[in-house]
Amino acid sequence: MAKTYQEINQRISRGEAVVLTAEEMTELVKSDGAKKAAARVDVVTTGTFGPMCSSGAFVNFGHSEPPIKMSKVWLNDVPVCADLAAVDVYIGATAMSDTEGMAYGGAHVIQDLIEGKRVKLRSTAYGTDCYPLREIETWVDKDTINQAYLFNPRNSYQNYACATNSSDRTIYTYMGVLLPNFGNATYCSAGQLSPLLNDPLYRTIGLGTRIFLGGAAGYVAWEGTQHKPTVERSPGGTPVGPAASLALIGDLKQMDSRFIRGARFHRYGVSLYVGVGIPIPILDEEMAAYTGVADADIVTSIFDYSQQSRSRDPLGRIDYERLRSGSIKIGEKKVPTAPLSSYKVARRIAQTLKAWITESKFALTEPLQPLPSEGTVLPLDVRTEEGI
Amino acid sequence: MAKKRLVLTFPPEVVERPVVSLMVKEYDVITNILRAEIHEGEIGRMLVELEGEGKKIKAGVEHLKVMGVQVEEAITDIELDEELCISCGACTAVCLPRALKVQAPDWELGLDKDRCILCGFCVDACPLQLIKVKF
Ligand code: SF4
Ligand code: SF4
Repeated sequence: MAKTYQEINQRISRGEAVVLTAEEMTELVKSDGAKKAAARVDVVTTGTFGPMCSSGAFVNFGHSEPPIKMSKVWLNDVPVCADLAAVDVYIGATAMSDTEGMAYGGAHVIQDLIEGKRVKLRSTAYGTDCYPLREIETWVDKDTINQAYLFNPRNSYQNYACATNSSDRTIYTYMGVLLPNFGNATYCSAGQLSPLLNDPLYRTIGLGTRIFLGGAAGYVAWEGTQHKPTVERSPGGTPVGPAASLALIGDLKQMDSRFIRGARFHRYGVSLYVGVGIPIPILDEEMAAYTGVADADIVTSIFDYSQQSRSRDPLGRIDYERLRSGSIKIGEKKVPTAPLSSYKVARRIAQTLKAWITESKFALTEPLQPLPSEGTVLPLDVRTEEGI
Repeated sequence: MAKKRLVLTFPPEVVERPVVSLMVKEYDVITNILRAEIHEGEIGRMLVELEGEGKKIKAGVEHLKVMGVQVEEAITDIELDEELCISCGACTAVCLPRALKVQAPDWELGLDKDRCILCGFCVDACPLQLIKVKF
């Protein structure tokens, strides 16, 4: 029998909701089938903790006396985007320190703020009649900053590539260090625990969905950049490579650095590990079947990252059960595999969200609008004004 | 007599065994292979301890380089900040001897120092910069 969001939320508020993590649901669906699982379970919680470059935080510092219209701003020597109103900035996760290079960047500033550390603010301005101050140097932390919230344009990718390297030299990528001659292969998805792989056709995840973001409650704000729903899919509906993505928003001041962490990929740059968990309401048997997905059912494509092109041909396909086994075969060659996204923390996120819901601290929201289910990604070509 | 600990990296096309025995025969350098991770057709790495006259070790090492072997000073240990480790697994990608592993059931990073060849490759590979070398 089908359930509504309202019925599920009533059960949550009465402390009666049956909540399973996506891993537990996979076991239940395997043993009892989707129909029985749908009758028993109200919510399935998911989790992922991987590097997500397209992340950042909006900050409003509050006004100085006399006021300043900040035009260049650095936090701990990391340049941040100040091309907004007087004391609004956006800390881009991948911005690099002027003094330390990629060893410290925007993502690390975000982590330091979350951890309550003191951060040095430096700004210059051209000065106006209403904002006379031309320079300021001061210290801030999350308690003295007026507002700070994460707004990540592209997170929680629905599946991602498996990366390898056919060339004869080591390459340094956002998929980690790739050894020559297919010396290794890396992958970056929580697989059966991953949010969008448990709702492959976006029936329940959409604009306004309340989620776990970096240890606090957050929301899905929009479709993610490069959201690409029109792709080839496995029989269970999961895409065979990167597909949908989400733009996420949440209050930085409430976050916890166990679930959000600055990172640098050697010779590539800075990134932010973002912890995301999305609750999926088990409205009916179909949602139970979707959330019953196992690593063995989820397939991704293997790409050769030594090909410096926007459209690489896949070398083959592989499922997450094999990727997690520690080695795969590419052609005749046995290639060791390594993850980049933490399954351990993904699991902890799914368990934390499960506890919040079970203890009636977190209710579900019905999306205000579904994610686009059609569309593809436009490339950037070099063209003349007339050629457009 | 001098002693030197080195990490040798062999590209797939360089056959490792003759290279090492050559050191013993032609340069009179005692070569102890402390740990090795070598499979046919793949890049291989070994931790060796060379013992002999300083001059001869130097000449032998020069010879290895000419043969296409990458030679690096071995570190004495690696140090990992387990408290801050997120068990992502990025470091395991470069650890050929599989001293670093994340695996079922708990998916927590494990370091088996008995397998470590002290190549130091994991240092750059950790996105959280949690692994440090000790020389
Ligand atoms: S130094 Fe690091 S990469 Fe090299 S063998 Fe030891 S643990 Fe593995
Ligand atoms: S790469 Fe760093 S954070 Fe990730 S598992 Fe290895 S030591 Fe831990």
